[in-house]
Amino acid sequence: MTATTKTPETTPPQTPAASGSRYTILDQPRFGIKGVLGKWETLLALLLLLVFIVNGALLPHFLDPYNLADGTFNFSEKALIALPMALLIICREIDISVAGILALSSVAMGLAMNAGFPPASLLFVALATGIACGTLNGVLVTRFGLPAIVVTIGTVSLFRGLASVVLGDKAFTGYPQLMTDWGQGYFLDFIPREFVILLVFAAIFAFVLHATRWGRRIYAIGNNPIAARFSGIEVDRYRLVLFMLTGAMAGLAAFLLTGRIGSTRPNIAMGWELEAITMVILGGVSIAGGAGTIGGVMLAVLTLGTVTYGLSMANIPGIYMTIVIGLLLLVTIALPRLLRGRKVAK
Amino acid sequence: MNAFNLKSMKRELLLAGSIVVLIVGVGLRAPVFVTGASLANLLTDSTLLIMLALAQMLVIVTRGVDLSVASNLALSGMAAALLAAHNPGLPLPAIVLAAAALGLVLGLVNGYLIGYLDLPAIVVTLGTMSVYRGLVFVLSGGAWVSSHQMPADFIAFPLARLLGVTHLVWIAALAVLAAWYLAGHSRFGRDLFAIGNAPSSARYVGIPMAKRLLWTYGISGLVAGLCGYLWVARYAVAYTEIAYGFEFTVIAACVIGGINIAGGTGSVFGAVLGALFLAVIGNALPVVKVSPFWQSALTGAVILVAVLINARDRKKEGRQILPLHLDNHHSPVRSAA
Repeated sequence: MTATTKTPETTPPQTPAASGSRYTILDQPRFGIKGVLGKWETLLALLLLLVFIVNGALLPHFLDPYNLADGTFNFSEKALIALPMALLIICREIDISVAGILALSSVAMGLAMNAGFPPASLLFVALATGIACGTLNGVLVTRFGLPAIVVTIGTVSLFRGLASVVLGDKAFTGYPQLMTDWGQGYFLDFIPREFVILLVFAAIFAFVLHATRWGRRIYAIGNNPIAARFSGIEVDRYRLVLFMLTGAMAGLAAFLLTGRIGSTRPNIAMGWELEAITMVILGGVSIAGGAGTIGGVMLAVLTLGTVTYGLSMANIPGIYMTIVIGLLLLVTIALPRLLRGRKVAK
Repeated sequence: MNAFNLKSMKRELLLAGSIVVLIVGVGLRAPVFVTGASLANLLTDSTLLIMLALAQMLVIVTRGVDLSVASNLALSGMAAALLAAHNPGLPLPAIVLAAAALGLVLGLVNGYLIGYLDLPAIVVTLGTMSVYRGLVFVLSGGAWVSSHQMPADFIAFPLARLLGVTHLVWIAALAVLAAWYLAGHSRFGRDLFAIGNAPSSARYVGIPMAKRLLWTYGISGLVAGLCGYLWVARYAVAYTEIAYGFEFTVIAACVIGGINIAGGTGSVFGAVLGALFLAVIGNALPVVKVSPFWQSALTGAVILVAVLINARDRKKEGRQILPLHLDNHHSPVRSAA
């Protein structure tokens, strides 16, 4: 569970007997060093630190600030998709179709560009395509009561298929300078713009999830959708909006990625859905819903980014990265189970 | 499971009907599609998908999912290809056994993590999917194993004919029989349905859930390993990206076949028909001169339509307040006795 609201220090802990009621709602546990160390985010932060130190010691140019800044290009777009994905998974839903949405948004931008749309409008073309795709997912899930995993396995084929129907075996190239500026550009000639965008969105998502009523309701829905509905939360509306939000963020990622690589190809963002989901789960978001933090997701993003960056500096082929990601995922979910509950199911 | 109850087979009959309509429709546009050779070719093309869908069905019935099948297939297939390429003298059965055994081991790893450690299937298989796919690269060093490196009998086996039908079809037929027995007529299979329908009840009546899940994922891995050899031999090439993304096609076949992703329901017939349906679409597109780029889009649309139809069916079922259980001896959750 997450501890986002601070308990006032003045309230004395009440025992069930003292309250005189059959039911008691326990206070949040007091701040303690043990609680902090046991938290998933702390473990992730230590892991990140460890990866940083090991890489820094082994690789001579690892800590070069310009290299480090450029290393963020690797993961910024994926992480932009991982943020709304975290909200969806906390809400007990999932979206497998994000990479398909990204591909279709990129194709839509290519078509719009060839139709003579002004450069700045391409961002809105991508966002509109993403929102349309997200709305389709959301309507199928909420209106027809279908499981999100099946719906989005269907729509990922649909979206990617439509993109490949338009593209054939060709590619769109020649995107305007404005997109290159946002995809490859820097602020102050040093910090990649994509990374700044990611940080801004991470802050917004963290605020919404951890400091607003909407965020608390997302947790409530994830913990128990039926109880949430009985307590007056429009569960389906939240789900629909989250799917639309995920689509919009995939559209934004499409704008940045297309600008960065300067083209739309049939295999654009292939396999990204699984990488985004891995970031979310590694970040401590429970696949069963109801638990997780944006801070954890961002730490997972940075950890994976640092590992990737270190491996690429050591000239290790990218595919080894998939082994590392997979093992990290398996170890991180299996380890707490092995350490905490010695009892193994029979 | 009631083979003689037409009402309970409605979904499967509908699907079988659509497959026939599709074949006839395509046949009217392009008569070459309904020739014997073309249909036999279609059947051969669908076999790997059928086998994988059957194994996936057993997994989905337990409320799980195995996303690692395509990576497992690629790893086992690459291992078989390398084994054959480096030891031309090795008899073919040994190679097939090695591929199947490797697949089984990889599946059991999933099964242990999901069954004994009680971890969510989707996360575990997402992880092993990445790991297995990466290991294909490690094993091969990124190099391809092409047809001239593999022994002739290694490549010839899947498409060789026995009584006029390819070995692939025979193997798939055996797999269907085995799945039919396992799912409907063995204690093991019935336990899987019980687990998927009501996990806590299943545990309560004494079904050894961890053991059952271990071997369910084991079977899924075993089939993936066998299909790994068949895939590599059939297409006469092994490379890192073999069957990339095929796990979604397999799950799609199950979903189209009416297997509920929430667990507890599904039939062997449905899985076979779902796989056949996708194979027909894939083979029909080039014949009616639709660009193969449409295949993915059409598959997606078909999946969505299939889940919509299934969902509507379920709602109708819900309206009957007191269903008759009197003749229901084959109900999935029968007692463990």
